[in-house]
Amino acid sequence: MEKSVIGATFDAPAVDRYPAPNAGTQRWIAALGLIALAVVLPFVVSKYHVFELTMVMIYAIAVLGLNILAGYNGQISLGHGGFFAAGAYTAAILMHRYGVPYWATLPPAALICFALGVLFGLPALRFEGPYLALVTLALALATPQLLKYFDNWTGGQQGINLTKPLPPHWLVIDRDRWLYLIVLAALLLAMRIAANLLHGRTGRALVAIRDHPIAAAALGIDTARYKTLAFGTSTLFMGVAGALAAIVIGYVSPEGYNLFLSLSFLVGSAVGGIATIGGAIIGGLFIEFVPNLANDISDAAPWAIYGLAMLLFMYTMPQGVVGSLGPWITRSMRQIRAQRAAFAGGDEEHDGKGRTS
Amino acid sequence: MHELLQQIFSGLVAGAVYASLALALVMIYRATDLVNFAQGEMAMFSTYIAWTLVNAGLPFWGAFIITLLVSFLGGMAIERVVIRPIENAPVLAAVVVTIGLLLIFNSLAGWIYTYTVKDFPSPFPDRPLFGALTTTRDLGVIGVTLVMLALLFAFFRFTKTGLAMRAAAQNPDSARLCGIRVKRLLAIGWGLAAAIGAIAGILVAPILFLDPNMMSGVLVYAFAGALLGGIASPLGAVVGGLIVGVTENLVGTYLIASQLKLTVAFALIILVLVLRPNGLFGTAIVRRV
Repeated sequence: MEKSVIGATFDAPAVDRYPAPNAGTQRWIAALGLIALAVVLPFVVSKYHVFELTMVMIYAIAVLGLNILAGYNGQISLGHGGFFAAGAYTAAILMHRYGVPYWATLPPAALICFALGVLFGLPALRFEGPYLALVTLALALATPQLLKYFDNWTGGQQGINLTKPLPPHWLVIDRDRWLYLIVLAALLLAMRIAANLLHGRTGRALVAIRDHPIAAAALGIDTARYKTLAFGTSTLFMGVAGALAAIVIGYVSPEGYNLFLSLSFLVGSAVGGIATIGGAIIGGLFIEFVPNLANDISDAAPWAIYGLAMLLFMYTMPQGVVGSLGPWITRSMRQIRAQRAAFAGGDEEHDGKGRTS
Repeated sequence: MHELLQQIFSGLVAGAVYASLALALVMIYRATDLVNFAQGEMAMFSTYIAWTLVNAGLPFWGAFIITLLVSFLGGMAIERVVIRPIENAPVLAAVVVTIGLLLIFNSLAGWIYTYTVKDFPSPFPDRPLFGALTTTRDLGVIGVTLVMLALLFAFFRFTKTGLAMRAAAQNPDSARLCGIRVKRLLAIGWGLAAAIGAIAGILVAPILFLDPNMMSGVLVYAFAGALLGGIASPLGAVVGGLIVGVTENLVGTYLIASQLKLTVAFALIILVLVLRPNGLFGTAIVRRV
């Protein structure tokens, strides 16, 4: 904490750098291309892979939520699995008990988790660093216990079984691909909202609070308000992700929301890119696929391999994949553009000379 | 009344173990501003080393000393190989690295020693004392913790290395200008923490039985104890650990069924922290900007 100086802000890849004039259109084209690819993807891979990719996107929403808090605002939470669980159980209870259609469970899950996050964030204002880590760790450990304790609502140990929703009958696709598309839409919306929130005044305020809380307060940033806002927004994302997970998996149970889940989100957020939005997808991929890969490499000690992978990523890319590679890519893109401009400029100069002679 | 005292005593025994591990956490936090989430698993691994030595036929205290030495060197090696490369990385990266270490140690222990629960010998005889209030074994656990605390106090108060470590933790730059090899001391700090953790592991293993997940619960309570006492205060860590041990035991016995024991114990600890955000023995950190 004490080591960080105000200058650190310039190194952090948090705030959008001023892009080159026509970079905006290029970026839009690239984004549209990626979205088109993501829409086509489920129709070319097997059903099981569709499910896996759906989970990747759900984890990405969750990682994005945690990144708003931990990456941008520097509040490290070890307990966000608790809010993920709250979202999942909100959806499950609404669907199972009250017969609410699956899509209508998302707004209540988001609202409830936002409220829970703000309520939790208020006492958390008093805590920093390791103290916040302890409080959130307690939340992560309490989650399965609380879920088991209130068993007339949560179904206790058995959990709740849900029927997976069907696609509208005018659409001729199966249910897994339909859910994939819904989750994709949710992810895109989440990324758009996060970008609007973070690439501006609010994002700068959050980063300033992370890098130097005292200086931020001295500049007139209402630190308590922004920290609570960051907490609430991040848990809102968690709630939506949790609700989607409940719908897609069709099952919720206390043991699924343990400490390990919370830690996975944190790992995903660090590996993907601290304080980046695109990094969330890398984080989702890491959470979904690396444990399986580790199992393939060594079924005797898979978690040792998983741990080694975490260490390796952190050593080679301490800012996360997107946080470390992103600036490099931007730099090389800029170089290429500059070279192109130089070529074009050279041609014009040549032409100009030709005319004068 | 007798039962209450009995519960307090057994809480103190658990608390002594939490206190030892909390001390290890505090050592590392003071030196590197880092909460080492792998501390419990490191201790567990050390305990397996002791178990191997005892099973190979060494006398208990011989195995104890060798384990401490091996843990000390292992801790130094971890600092050098794993922690130093991320010295200047973001906090989140450092947290992830210690979580990675946790997974690696847990998985390695499961791989080498399997997940079956193992008996671990206690060096102390198990005889009831003071009309079954406590046992000689429990007193032994508390005694070892107190001796360790006294030794650590002496180390930091009277030895040159101990004083240098305090200087390096307090102000690394000035310490370096005084000719103190700060990085070497960081490594020693990690080594000491690993050795202290090993003691905690060896103390708790006869009670909880030895398996790769033995220390995960202990770590959480130790962490709570360290923070309750004030994360930068070794004495606070010990007192905090003891308080957590007693609270946990009393909550479990009198307040609520063990199902929610952990939740309620934590709620109480957090309540205390809301009122005293720097812990019972911590002082508010004043930062010059």
